[in-house]
Amino acid sequence: MNAVELEGVSREFATPDGRVYRALDGISLVVPAGAFVAIVGPSGCGKSTLLNIVAGLLPPTAGTIRVYGEPLAGLNRQATYMFQQDALLPWKTVRDNVALGLTLGGAAPAQAHARADTWLTRVGLTGFAAHYPAQLSGGMRKRVAMAQNWVLDRGMVLMDEPFSALDIHTRQRMETELLSIWEGSPAEPRVAGVTPSPGEVPVVSGFSRTVRKTVVFVTHDLEEAIALADEVVILSAGPAAHVVARHTVALDRPRDVMELRTTPEFVDLYRQIWAVLREEVIRSQRSAEARHG
Amino acid sequence: MASAAPGRTRAPSRSLVLAAQLALGITLLTLWQTLVSLQVLDPFFVSRPSDIAARIARWTTSGTLWGHLAVTLEESLLGLAVGATFGVSLGFVLARSPFAARVLDPYIKMLNAVPRVVLAPLFLLWFGLGIWSKVALAVTLVFFVMFFNTYQGVRDADPVLIDNVRMLGATERQLVRHVLVPSALTWIFSSLQTSLGFAMVGAVVGEYLGATRGLGYIISQAEGTFDTTGVFAGMTVLGVVVVIVSAGVTRLEKWLLHWKG
Repeated sequence: MNAVELEGVSREFATPDGRVYRALDGISLVVPAGAFVAIVGPSGCGKSTLLNIVAGLLPPTAGTIRVYGEPLAGLNRQATYMFQQDALLPWKTVRDNVALGLTLGGAAPAQAHARADTWLTRVGLTGFAAHYPAQLSGGMRKRVAMAQNWVLDRGMVLMDEPFSALDIHTRQRMETELLSIWEGSPAEPRVAGVTPSPGEVPVVSGFSRTVRKTVVFVTHDLEEAIALADEVVILSAGPAAHVVARHTVALDRPRDVMELRTTPEFVDLYRQIWAVLREEVIRSQRSAEARHG
Repeated sequence: MASAAPGRTRAPSRSLVLAAQLALGITLLTLWQTLVSLQVLDPFFVSRPSDIAARIARWTTSGTLWGHLAVTLEESLLGLAVGATFGVSLGFVLARSPFAARVLDPYIKMLNAVPRVVLAPLFLLWFGLGIWSKVALAVTLVFFVMFFNTYQGVRDADPVLIDNVRMLGATERQLVRHVLVPSALTWIFSSLQTSLGFAMVGAVVGEYLGATRGLGYIISQAEGTFDTTGVFAGMTVLGVVVVIVSAGVTRLEKWLLHWKG
């Protein structure tokens, strides 16, 4: 079963001076259910546009999108979306933010809060349920956003450079947490009293999901893409971005994001993919210079 | 008092600010009183602080002030409530309907440009000498502040928040309730100070131009008899009331927007 199938997807925008800018050109792509796919490309190549099309936030100009075999019409109800910017509601507490997807869907508040609290424990924010987003650090807000996305039983999470605004250490920490949540293994116990034995998945609603979610992760950071994903898709420089290459990342899981980067397998893979991506980055820089120079 | 850390501006302490405020007020009043005593200023034109204080004391002890003050406050609050209701509603509707906004735009600008004093005689004619002509005048002022702020607040709602809430499954109604209303409320609350001030201006101007009660009426009566002491006393009471009420609004605002952290 494929979670997402894109066929010949193009997207054009009208520029302010009345011309047509073709951002994406004939993208065909398949994302198998349960896979972690990273989309990499130079800045401005239309990665976010592609993700917005998969989310149903933006209709394509041409081409078809199928989600679990069904043609996508309107918003993608099988997916949640984790944005690059902060997308938590500043006037709601951390708990209400995490529970938001559930309460919008009509869940009883008590039940929604219980599940939100479970997920807050899971991301190490037990004591912060009553805080407001403005009172948290950038990394903590990303954890809340992860909980907000994962608390819903949707098959798919779309992520648009979710950690790019964080410093490098917080970022690696978030990548580790993302993988641990996605792989379904219990997060390392950070809270006193919550000490699951190794390999044991606590049987609590919200943790019970055994099937991995499909993740489509957009980033411009190749290291991050390889460290996290099963497959790395490379987009060409814009305009008219298309898929230039796809690489399978056959590194064992669970992965240790911090250690992984120095292993020979990782370095080898990085070199291979970078050889392709490099050309696109150079092309994108040249066209940027041509535009501004 | 601990000294501030070098290189950092610290907010001055509350008691220091209060002391400076009192000192400034006392200095100005003393100056005023002295200039009148030295016959540099003519008390017929500018009265003198001691007379004004005595007048206010007489009004409060005899109880005549409270009735007038109550009327002015009633008119202001009614004006605020009605103006806010209409302004917020129209702001919401137009922010959600760009076509209607474009159509109504020149009319709203025209109406907002009308000097309110011009409307006062019309309102007297339509609504009579009682409180409703004053409420109407306050409404015309409050309405536009509330309308523009609501419109801006809804239009300014962060598109990322909107996209996120829609992806989480919000219907249009839920989107309005969880994102657009709270987003506009921050603007509306911030404009509450201005709106309240305008409501009082509307009420007092209305009373001034034709009424039988209220602070504006007292001031206009005093002016009619060249009683400058009465005029200044009325203005002082109005000023003090605005300071007290706006302190209350500030506390309300802090409480309502506590999530700003």
